[in-house]
Amino acid sequence: MTATNNESKDYAPKILAFSTNNISDPGIDLAGSSHMHYPTSAMVFSMPCTSGIKPEWILYAMEKGFDGVFIASDGEECAYLPDCAERSAKIAEEAQELLREKGYEPKRLRMSAICSVCAEPFTNQIKDFYNMLKNLGPARKG
Amino acid sequence: MSDRRIGVYICHCGGNISDYVDVDRVRKAVEGEGGVAVAKTAMFACSDATQQEMASDIQEQHLDGLVVASCSPKLHLHTFRDVARRAGLNPFQYTQVNVREQCSWAHTDDREGATDKAIRLVRGAIARTALTEPLEPIIIETVPRVLVVGAGISGLRAAIGLADLGISVYLVEKSPLAGGWIGKLGKMYPHGKDGKSLIAQLINELKKRENITLYTNAEIAEKSGSIGNFDVNLRVRGQEDTTISVNVGSIIVATGFDAYQPEEEEFGFGLDGVLTLPQFKELLDSSAGRPVFNGREIKNVAYIYCVGSRQQPEVENANRYCSRYCCNAAVHASIIALEKNPGMHQYHLYRDMRTYGKFELMYSQAREMGSYFLKFADDGPPVVERGYDGKLQVSLKDLLTFGEEIEIKADVVVLVTGMVPRKSPELVDVLKLPLGRDRFFNEIHPKLRPVETMVDGVYICGSCQGPKNSIESVASALSAVTQSASILKKGYVDLEPLIASVHQDLCNGCGECVATCPYAAIEMEQQQGRSVAAINRALCKGCGGCVPLCPANAIDLKGYTDAQVRSMIDALLKETCQNE
Repeated sequence: MTATNNESKDYAPKILAFSTNNISDPGIDLAGSSHMHYPTSAMVFSMPCTSGIKPEWILYAMEKGFDGVFIASDGEECAYLPDCAERSAKIAEEAQELLREKGYEPKRLRMSAICSVCAEPFTNQIKDFYNMLKNLGPARKG
Repeated sequence: MSDRRIGVYICHCGGNISDYVDVDRVRKAVEGEGGVAVAKTAMFACSDATQQEMASDIQEQHLDGLVVASCSPKLHLHTFRDVARRAGLNPFQYTQVNVREQCSWAHTDDREGATDKAIRLVRGAIARTALTEPLEPIIIETVPRVLVVGAGISGLRAAIGLADLGISVYLVEKSPLAGGWIGKLGKMYPHGKDGKSLIAQLINELKKRENITLYTNAEIAEKSGSIGNFDVNLRVRGQEDTTISVNVGSIIVATGFDAYQPEEEEFGFGLDGVLTLPQFKELLDSSAGRPVFNGREIKNVAYIYCVGSRQQPEVENANRYCSRYCCNAAVHASIIALEKNPGMHQYHLYRDMRTYGKFELMYSQAREMGSYFLKFADDGPPVVERGYDGKLQVSLKDLLTFGEEIEIKADVVVLVTGMVPRKSPELVDVLKLPLGRDRFFNEIHPKLRPVETMVDGVYICGSCQGPKNSIESVASALSAVTQSASILKKGYVDLEPLIASVHQDLCNGCGECVATCPYAAIEMEQQQGRSVAAINRALCKGCGGCVPLCPANAIDLKGYTDAQVRSMIDALLKETCQNE
């Protein structure tokens, strides 16, 4: 039997969130320090810069059991790469293409700029993404 | 299964973690993980006692990896790296897991969920740690010389500061004369001393020091090398251009600002009698008696504030920032004007007065001396026209009198222009300096690393970084001196080895990565008759931007390798007992 959108009440979409050590991770830390809640199935992995994410990792995460991937990018604030926003956008596009090819909805990847004080935007984004994924159902069908 | 011997420590953080996460269950869930030799909980992982216990475990249990699940790495990454180092474990085989800010504190409402998540996060870190290799910091020897670019008040003061620390200085000035903006100014606040004489004093000090060399009419043409050891070619203009090569350990950029140049017709700019603040200052400073414009005594002055600063977002390439010096400079100019002609009427048309700190006294003084202050709305700027009588006429709605329409006849209208970044594309290109959104040079961190740039060994100070007055500029110049000296006096720097590395056996020599690195850290080299990419360890910033762009998947970022990320993803997804 295949999973339908509303089947499993206790289906908690797993989200892998990529953040950056200097910009978005402090924003995500701030959400925690302020005791702002978001689903526990969202897990964060911090890197120097989102321009270093391989699109293949996003596909791999989905194939292994994550239901969505969120990129908390630096936006225009990246201290490493002046064209970080364009690079990250290109990586997201390529990843979405990979997802499409393998039968996953491209909207299972979401990217948003999260700054070092963006606690509320982060929790709002994750909650919204979580609800969207919940409606969409698990990434791995059947 | 991993044959590693990893020690895992899960912190209660008093209760900050253990009140919301069952840390004992986390410990039980991970103690059987492949590669885990020791798994413990601790009331405070950062306490001396626990640090000591970790160090003993590392030595007695022959651990080759360390994982601490506690607070954000921003707090204690270096604490635990140091524990590893002290115990003889390579510090880069340590991984910190943030189970406080990114787990217990974010999920105070869901103990089950938070515990489940903590187990996954710790497993992810164990998986990453199992694939770490020992890395050595990159040690670079430094030469005790500094290149200072720009001989305004910041550059001059920096040069003297460095020279007094025994560091030789090459000071490069693009224009024919040292001194910058301050060198042209008359009386300054608060001591009433001339800008000109301040600069003369600094130049006098400069001359007394043999270890400073000043080049005027000169600029940077080329740069190679990296922190601790830069080779820079200077181009000195003269009858014939000459090139001078210098070898320095660091570079301080103090190139200053440009005055905002109003657009044609912006607040009447272009009409006779509409001046910018620097033009009006020059007029005042050069008037011996009563200030005169076009042969006629100036009786009425209208100042319009915030010209070129705090622009509305609709303006093309808007300068959204406040230039912070101009309120003070304009108020000060009006006091000087009144001293020269006590009968002068002065009207200040402002949006918000920002005579912060000690300058507030000057603002009070100006009001007491009889200056009028009128406030206009952000979206209701004053209009400057030539009236029928040939006089300049300024009209505005004054918010202080509830929107009363006011017309002012003025002999001179002063546009209080702000600071804009100097256009120096060559310098940006040669030094690879990052620009902020406001197009001024950008520091790494405004509070914690205010004069360092992403380019190691290149510092910024003064108003090239953003609007500053001379007091603030000199303070930042001396802070750049300290930062430079801290690496040059030690004789070496060590850089983080978490940088890119090329698997040269996989590299197909296409060279695509070379063009993608803005720090010029990737070069092609010959290896066994093949052209392959290689990373310059001193130049690589460790951003990883080249990693996804390699068509052959031949680049990895140390600490974030392809194998580590995939293995971590697997570990994050492994079901916890709770869900089984």
